[in-house]
Amino acid sequence: MIRDQKLWTWHIAAGILILCLLGLHMAIMHLDALLGLFNPFGGHPIDWQNVAARSQSLFFLASYVLLLGAALFHGLYGLRNILFELDPAAPLKKSISWVLILIGLGLFVVGSWAAWMSFQNTLVA
Amino acid sequence: MLEIREHPNRLGIRGWLVGGRWGLDRYLYSLHRVTGLGLLAYFLIHILVTSSRALGQGAWEQSMNRVSGPIFAVGEYLVFVAFAFHAINGIRLALAELGFGVGKPIEPIYPYKTAVHAQRPWVVTVLVVAGALAFIGALDFFVWH
Repeated sequence: MIRDQKLWTWHIAAGILILCLLGLHMAIMHLDALLGLFNPFGGHPIDWQNVAARSQSLFFLASYVLLLGAALFHGLYGLRNILFELDPAAPLKKSISWVLILIGLGLFVVGSWAAWMSFQNTLVA
Repeated sequence: MLEIREHPNRLGIRGWLVGGRWGLDRYLYSLHRVTGLGLLAYFLIHILVTSSRALGQGAWEQSMNRVSGPIFAVGEYLVFVAFAFHAINGIRLALAELGFGVGKPIEPIYPYKTAVHAQRPWVVTVLVVAGALAFIGALDFFVWH
């Protein structure tokens, strides 16, 4: 029970972090016509020049990795809670937890690798 | 010894769809979960798609071309709206969890009042703010571009 309370507290804390970082990400990517944040070359936020400019920033490298970790934990823990509420048998609960942990770790490695590689590549370019 | 019979979540997912006597608050609860699951599904795919930037400009443009077009634009807008609602409602839920906006404990004297009554203005605020963000987002997605 105590472990679940700690995880729930982390779930809420991760939600607050996501609110800030994903809020910024959404503002950059989807309110660009209104705000025009962090799109130094104009045009669309997903144009390569804008992507490369953000990728070479240490702030964006750190915020991407933080957001990635927080969002994976928040989302997958939320999914775990929903699945557990359907009252599966204890062995199935354990399997669900392990599958979600492996998915989370796998995607965290892939996403962090992409953020690091694009940080390095765009610095060199 | 008296044995307590438990009914853990006996309504299951049906409980998400039928608000019953919980009404609006239950529908917000359901919507929070549905938007959360939608955002999670999108996010898992988004990680893989956007990781192509690590392989350079060509790979990035190729993957962006694969996910462009009007259907994806509408899908992205739905993700934006889901985020707006999930975030604003999440703030309300986190504050309620910490004891804000649920009123003080009172004696149960008729006409009864519950925390739901204290929450109602916040529920309306969530809907108005999320609706305003969805409207501004729609302008940015479909009009100003």
